[in-house]
Amino acid sequence: MPRLLCLLLALACGLLAAPVRAAPADAGEALTLIASGRFPDIEKGVDLLARSGDARTQAIIEALRDGRLAVAADKRVVIEGANGGWSDAATGEALAEAPPSPKAVRLNNRIRRAVEAALGALTLMAPDAAARRQAAEAVFRSRDATALATLDEAIAREEVAGIRRLMGEARAAILLGDAGASDLQKIEAVDILATRADQDALALLRAAAAQGSPTVREAAEGAITAVERRLAVLSMLQNVWYGLSLGSVLLLAAIGLAITFGVMGIINMAHGEMVMIGAYTTFVIQELARTHAPGLFDWTLPVAIPMAFLVAALVGAAIERGIIRHLYGRPLETLLATWGVSLILQQAVRSLFGPSNREVGAPSYMAGAFDLGGLTITYGRLWIVVFSLAVFAALIVALKATSFGLKIRAVTQNRRMAASMGIRTPWVDTMAFALGSGIAGVAGVALSQIDNVSPNLGQSYIVDSFMVVVFGGVGNLWGTLVSALTLGIANKFLEPFAGAVLGKILLLVFLILFIQKRPRGLFALKGRAVEA
Amino acid sequence: MTRRPILLAMLDGKGAIFLGVLAALAVLVPLSNLFLPETSPLHVPTYAVSLLGKYLSYALLALALDLVWGYCGILSLGHGAFFALGGYAMGMYLMRQIGPRGVYGHPVLPDFMVFLNWQELPWYWSGFDIFPFAALMVLAVPGLLAFVFGWLAFRSRVTGVYLSIITQAMTFALMLAFFRNDMGLGGNNGLTDFKDILGFSVQAQGTRLALFVATVIALALGYGVARYMVTSTYGKVLVAIRDAESRTRFLGYRVEHYKLVAFTVSAMMAGVAGALYVPQVGIINPSEFSPANSIEAVVWVAVGGRGTLVGAALGAVVVNMAKSWLTGALPELWLFALGALFIVVTLYLPKGIVGTLAEWREKRQATATAKPAGIAAEAAE
Repeated sequence: MPRLLCLLLALACGLLAAPVRAAPADAGEALTLIASGRFPDIEKGVDLLARSGDARTQAIIEALRDGRLAVAADKRVVIEGANGGWSDAATGEALAEAPPSPKAVRLNNRIRRAVEAALGALTLMAPDAAARRQAAEAVFRSRDATALATLDEAIAREEVAGIRRLMGEARAAILLGDAGASDLQKIEAVDILATRADQDALALLRAAAAQGSPTVREAAEGAITAVERRLAVLSMLQNVWYGLSLGSVLLLAAIGLAITFGVMGIINMAHGEMVMIGAYTTFVIQELARTHAPGLFDWTLPVAIPMAFLVAALVGAAIERGIIRHLYGRPLETLLATWGVSLILQQAVRSLFGPSNREVGAPSYMAGAFDLGGLTITYGRLWIVVFSLAVFAALIVALKATSFGLKIRAVTQNRRMAASMGIRTPWVDTMAFALGSGIAGVAGVALSQIDNVSPNLGQSYIVDSFMVVVFGGVGNLWGTLVSALTLGIANKFLEPFAGAVLGKILLLVFLILFIQKRPRGLFALKGRAVEA
Repeated sequence: MTRRPILLAMLDGKGAIFLGVLAALAVLVPLSNLFLPETSPLHVPTYAVSLLGKYLSYALLALALDLVWGYCGILSLGHGAFFALGGYAMGMYLMRQIGPRGVYGHPVLPDFMVFLNWQELPWYWSGFDIFPFAALMVLAVPGLLAFVFGWLAFRSRVTGVYLSIITQAMTFALMLAFFRNDMGLGGNNGLTDFKDILGFSVQAQGTRLALFVATVIALALGYGVARYMVTSTYGKVLVAIRDAESRTRFLGYRVEHYKLVAFTVSAMMAGVAGALYVPQVGIINPSEFSPANSIEAVVWVAVGGRGTLVGAALGAVVVNMAKSWLTGALPELWLFALGALFIVVTLYLPKGIVGTLAEWREKRQATATAKPAGIAAEAAE
């Protein structure tokens, strides 16, 4: 899928860039003019060449600037290579023997200026969209007034809307700082920058508001408030996004616990270690891919997901059969025994893989970011949000729509009744615990992308996971979803005021107080039992 | 003459042995350290005295935990927090005693504050240069926290694993808080470089012996207080709450009051343990608040025998001796051993060492007096 996307993108770029690359015939004419030896003709030739869009243009003009462009006796234009060899300027082919009596093309100041402008314009009008975008951004930052003429032409020729807008912004930035520009131009520039609405534009507008004529100042001040309001909204949206992303991490970490603790009522302190096992499974699979099939690296995560589920589920089933089974009805003892299991698993992983962090790479489709109306959204985070919601949905379906899910719910609601109906309750316990552990392992695959994969990985999530499940209401999966996202967003909104650590402390204190108020969580299951 | 029966009722066989051992330790260890030649196999070197003192302060923490877990059914996974708070109160006193002898030589401010460019002592540091005030704080700070926390939790009937989880969240939040430099308590380095306690150098042999003896006495007193509580009528209600909380409530007892008293007293005992721990170890830092430490304390109690008091202290000493030995000899194995200990004790030794020994003895007595097997089984339960 990502490859197909890339292909489409490349095709689109090629289509868009095609018109820019038109009129190669001009290049030959330009070279004839350059070969003439008269200054005005050379200048005209440089100009023509710059607009030709010929692939060789840059090499020829750079050679001219460096004095390596020469005219041979047979009027051929040749380029002297850095190591003394010669090549044909028009075709770029290397010449077998030195051309007869080459004479370097002479330059004067007018031609030098034309060369500089042509080189700048070349990148602004380069066939490659990325190069054009970069050039426009460079002009926006440098605000070089000499680039104005080229910029105007580039804007006229630009076909990609995004780059044209960027060039327009660069032009506005130049005009705003240019003492020679009229007030009308400046106000227009202010309007354009106001639509850009980021910190750079804000700085430019502030500078404009500090100087300039009263009308410009007024326009700039108006634009500043608009931009500031927009930036405030953006930063709030960004916080919501970060919060959702943190919330989905919490959801991933807690969702397995929502089964083992929430539905089955088992305090599994080794839950974090299941997450860690999932992360290490990812690491092992990536190592295997690196050594045996480097080309398949992008496929490691899709492979790691079922593998991590299997490994963690097997470990979970073993724990349930070996230990937890003997402790049903004694929750505090279960807590201690599973804590012991978590210590053993940690040390086992430390002995096997070493105590240091292991590097888990990101496949190509997890890297990079895109811009959504001013919000920067990284693909890695986006995938994790999507993935956690998918895991949640899958779990809901598994519990609500399969016969296995029905059995789990039957056993947790009334064990003896379920047993009398012929359900093998011990088997259901084992499978349900394995399911919860397996989902924790799957969470580990995702968390390996954003956290350090070390033996302590699970420890950092255990308190958070329990808090999420308890806050959401034990035995209620939807409660877990709401609680994870709420806690994530609350955490991110507290951070700017209180700092990351204090924000977390405040949230923990809030949770402790919340549990006093509603000991069974946000969405408690209704019941009449004195002791649930 | 009215006090004798109470004291006698308090002192059972286990308790007598326990107090006897403590008395012997308090007398013999200093004597051996001071008067036996270093070549003698019975000589206790000074570092070992401090090590033993450390174990005994852990034993006091375990005793405190056993009071609430063993007799009241409150599994606190945050007792390490009370221990550390007591330790910090003592650490603050010791920091103030350094005076101008710090690395930066500031007359009042501790080194880390000078380093962080603080201009004056924060308000909560005032008074800690006076020992009685610091000693009061050792009791008051953990006690107050436990009182507020317990009052909120018990009033809203947060019980069982929920209580365990929020006590864990409490110590986790405190750990995060104490890691911050802005707390004004040394950040992640904590408090260290102590010089004097009550005018005596903390490094001196005499001071170390005195601290050891003080720890033994505190442990004995702690045992006395806990034992007095659990053998009184109050203790009977406590056990009733542990075994059937709702029934006790329906019988008319204010369950939350009983729990709150036990929890607060226990937290204060843990605070004293922390305060004795700090000068003997020479440092207190936020990692003492880590949830893992608190859970480790729970396993000491479980190993020794939950609900026996003596067993808790024994478990703390045995587990920590094993830890010292294993982390030195086979550091890789320590976590395996500790993890296995958690599992084995919960699965096969639910009564711990002391509880299992008592069970055996009862069985032997039962067979010796040729009682029917059914009663023996009943007693074992």
